[in-house]
Amino acid sequence: MFLQEATPDTSGYMIAGYAIAFIVMALYVLSIYVRNRNLNQDLTLLEEMEKQSAQAKGTPVNQSQKRPAKPARKKSGKK
Amino acid sequence: MPTKPTLLKVLDIVALIMLGVATYFALVKAPTELVMGQVQRVFYFHLGTAWTALLGFLFSSVLSVIYLITKDLRWDRYQVAAIEVSLVFFLITIVLGSIWARPAWNTWWTWDPRLTTAAITELVYIAYFMLRQGIDDPDRRARFGAVYALLGGISAPITFFAIRLYRTIHPVVIAGNNPEAEGGFSMTADMRTAMFVALFAFTVIFIDLYWNRIRLGDLQDKVEQLKLKVTM
Repeated sequence: MFLQEATPDTSGYMIAGYAIAFIVMALYVLSIYVRNRNLNQDLTLLEEMEKQSAQAKGTPVNQSQKRPAKPARKKSGKK
Repeated sequence: MPTKPTLLKVLDIVALIMLGVATYFALVKAPTELVMGQVQRVFYFHLGTAWTALLGFLFSSVLSVIYLITKDLRWDRYQVAAIEVSLVFFLITIVLGSIWARPAWNTWWTWDPRLTTAAITELVYIAYFMLRQGIDDPDRRARFGAVYALLGGISAPITFFAIRLYRTIHPVVIAGNNPEAEGGFSMTADMRTAMFVALFAFTVIFIDLYWNRIRLGDLQDKVEQLKLKVTM
């Protein structure tokens, strides 16, 4: 092809090349975004599950740390 | 999930701008090559992605060594991120090379030493992810992955030097004098500028994607740890 004297019209190949390069990069960026979003959803769900399981066990570690005075008052009231 | 660091946000924007600048230099600033025509312009992205991908593969080998010494899973996550981004970039390299080869060599693909070693490198790292998928234990997965990536790293310099060591039709554009090469060209000053801009742009894009991918790996690790905690 390149033995001919005039410059060949290879612009179609160039457009295809750049289009594919941009599409592949865009798809990869999109995959990072989607995976990140899904993991964040999982994280929120797991954090809620952890909170619920802690409450079910009756040892709300985080709540007792935040409000240490409440259980003591209840106990004294019952007595 | 912690919010994105400001530096990474800035890098995201810079990477996007650099991609635009590299495209401008490749498509507008660089002159049209007289023998090949417009298709020669894919060379700038071809070289830019190849450079960063091969460096990324080598870098992952270094990270493998660090993991094997420290046994810290953080280095395993860094290694996975480097290989994943490099794999994507190298796929672009191979596809662009194939598109260039069609008018230049009159074929999409030939089993030339450079093309063969490049295909092997890509397949080696695809197999790396398949290997990791098959191992559940994180420590074992990281150890096997590190050894595999260390050995796989050998394919990167082999691919790079293939056109200098073996008889090949692949042109050596930089500091090359291969009489058997088909489709070679001597670069003008504008072409050289476009090439260096592409090299710089893809290095910035690589760093940006790598950083984003590391953050994804950290998040993945956090979710896995929380899953274990909840199920136990």
